[in-house]
Amino acid sequence: MKVPILSELKLKGVNPEYLFWIGCAGSFDDRSKKVTKAFIKILNKANISYAVLGKEESCTGDPAKRSGNEFLFQMKAISNIEILNSYDVKNIITTCPHCFNTLKNEYPELGGNYKVIHHTTFINNLVKENKISISGGVYKGKKITYHDPCYLGRANGIYEAPRELIKKLDAELVEMKSCKSKSLCCGAGGAQMFKEPEKGNQDINIKRSDEAIETDSKIVAVSCPFCSTMMSDGMTSKEKDIDVVDIAQMIEKAEDL
Amino acid sequence: MIDILPNILFSIILIFSVGFFIINIKKIVTVIKLGKPVYRSDNLKKRFYNMARVALGQSKMVTKPISGFLHVIVYIGFIIINIELLEILIDGVTGSHRFFSKYFNTSFYNFLIATFEIFALLVLISVVLFWTRRNIVKIKRFLSSEMEGWPKFDADNILYFEIVLMLLFLSMNATDLILQERNYMGYSKAGAFPVSSFIVPLFDSFQTSTVYTLERIFWWLHILGIFFFLNYLYYSKHLHILLAFPNTFYANLGDKGKFEVLKSVKNEVLQMFYPEKASESNGNIDKFGASDVLDLNWVQLMNAYSCTECGRCSSECPAHLTGKKLSPRKIMMDTRDRLEKVSKNISLNNGKFIDDGDSLLDNYISKEELWACTSCNACVEACPIEIDPLSIIMDMRQYLIMEESSAHPDLNNMMNNIENNGAPWPYNQQDRELWIQES
Ligand code: SF4
Ligand code: SF4
Repeated sequence: MKVPILSELKLKGVNPEYLFWIGCAGSFDDRSKKVTKAFIKILNKANISYAVLGKEESCTGDPAKRSGNEFLFQMKAISNIEILNSYDVKNIITTCPHCFNTLKNEYPELGGNYKVIHHTTFINNLVKENKISISGGVYKGKKITYHDPCYLGRANGIYEAPRELIKKLDAELVEMKSCKSKSLCCGAGGAQMFKEPEKGNQDINIKRSDEAIETDSKIVAVSCPFCSTMMSDGMTSKEKDIDVVDIAQMIEKAEDL
Repeated sequence: MIDILPNILFSIILIFSVGFFIINIKKIVTVIKLGKPVYRSDNLKKRFYNMARVALGQSKMVTKPISGFLHVIVYIGFIIINIELLEILIDGVTGSHRFFSKYFNTSFYNFLIATFEIFALLVLISVVLFWTRRNIVKIKRFLSSEMEGWPKFDADNILYFEIVLMLLFLSMNATDLILQERNYMGYSKAGAFPVSSFIVPLFDSFQTSTVYTLERIFWWLHILGIFFFLNYLYYSKHLHILLAFPNTFYANLGDKGKFEVLKSVKNEVLQMFYPEKASESNGNIDKFGASDVLDLNWVQLMNAYSCTECGRCSSECPAHLTGKKLSPRKIMMDTRDRLEKVSKNISLNNGKFIDDGDSLLDNYISKEELWACTSCNACVEACPIEIDPLSIIMDMRQYLIMEESSAHPDLNNMMNNIENNGAPWPYNQQDRELWIQES
């Protein structure tokens, strides 16, 4: 796969329109790397001028901030902003709602002002502008439920773009018992992804998986790398043959990219 | 002289109960002002609109249709019956009988009184249903451990109170109606009584003098009950009927995912990166995060006083729902309890807080609760008056990490990784683009 690196383009005097912020999960986690690649195929298909930071990318500092380590967060933010501003980055797309939220909401006060777009919104706009077309393919008529990531939904009010995409795949979107602003967390937010849960009578991802199973769908669509891990772990421990897939991957598959 | 004795007595009681109420409100305002500054006076138009929609319009109450509907009835009833209260106060002070009836057109006055009666009945029914939900149906969110003792007692008290007040109001009207019909001195015909006329038979067999005595007793008990209720507010979760307004007005209107970027930290970090950009350090070292109520900002303190203990937050909280110790409602109740203690301490010590060896962290809210939060914002979204328990949790986590260095052990690994290799996992920064080669 050929992926344009921002520093290399800049050397050639090329100014890409968008920066694709991959995120730590998108760079290192096996499930999420597939999402990264699926999204890159979509970008290519739509002829989008973009680049990635490559080795210059680093953690946004989100998990540190949600743990309460404001120092570490601001140190990460300031050094990231220095890099982004040195390349005069204006538009950032990201496949991770946590990166999205932090870059969009918490960087401006530290000097980082960018237009930040989550990949589901971005793809939905591409479809609206006829830059790509999607049809159902393998998903036609299938029952699919969508899990709202807290940092995309409640935190930033984005509920519709992912749903519109699922509907464009000609699939039957079935909502879980709690959805949209009332959606139930997968259990990974607030740095929970990186620690054992506190004592309780159930793990949060199991509770959420139960809600997904109740919809009788064979597919759970996600749009966050952490939700993806949590939900697929949930399905594994429930021994359910239910696919947990990111919307970018669904489009990759439906369009045979 | 004897004639105006009741009016003098009434006026004295009125002054005392309103005075006592004002003193208590002032106390609350003083305590809230002890909070740290936070700027929430931007965008006034949007704030008024938000207050009108959420507090006045109860837009978040109706997300739970049954309790929402009942609550709206009690709330509208409360406001409407307050118009009648004005008349009762004037009658009490001047000794008039149904003061407004002389100034309003008859059919309008009749319409008003009839509306009050219908609302009194609706409120009565709703309150009985509320009581049933708490005590017979035993809805889960009313039964958590933090609700044992005073909170449960308080919640039931208010319901009993409302029942008694509404019954007194209707009985007062019924006896008034009998006196009107018997042309008793001073009771000129005024008002329409679609509800209380049904309870007239209860009193109709009594002698007129007895009916008069009863009418006076009901009238006095009703208004004394209202004065008592006014002053009970301060000690009760019922304070929300007032605080819901400033609480929604000063709510955080930005994106819920945007957490405050700490200025004190920013300055220190800038000093490390760009010493020339950092503002001069003011010499006093700020405390990072919150370990006690006085480290919180004034909106958070106001939130604590406003909480109605309804538990809608906890009933949506993923940690609480899966049996963890965390309950956002308890976070708010603990903050209020601790704040009350601090406020007493301050008034006993002439306006200064003397360390009492107690603190919100550990003595009220445990680390286990704080670490269980996923920062999902479900509690903030669920709260009908836009209280933000999450912000308190985050401030306390900041204290744990930046002041006490007592992060959850798993998190220390993650943070070390971020610091050393720019990712929460132990991967090398140089390997960040390896995925490109893997196909
Ligand atoms: S933000 Fe924390 S306290 Fe609030 S609902 Fe989510 S997990 Fe519970
Ligand atoms: S914080 Fe809000 S939702 Fe939670 S108990 Fe208090 S009033 Fe109810």
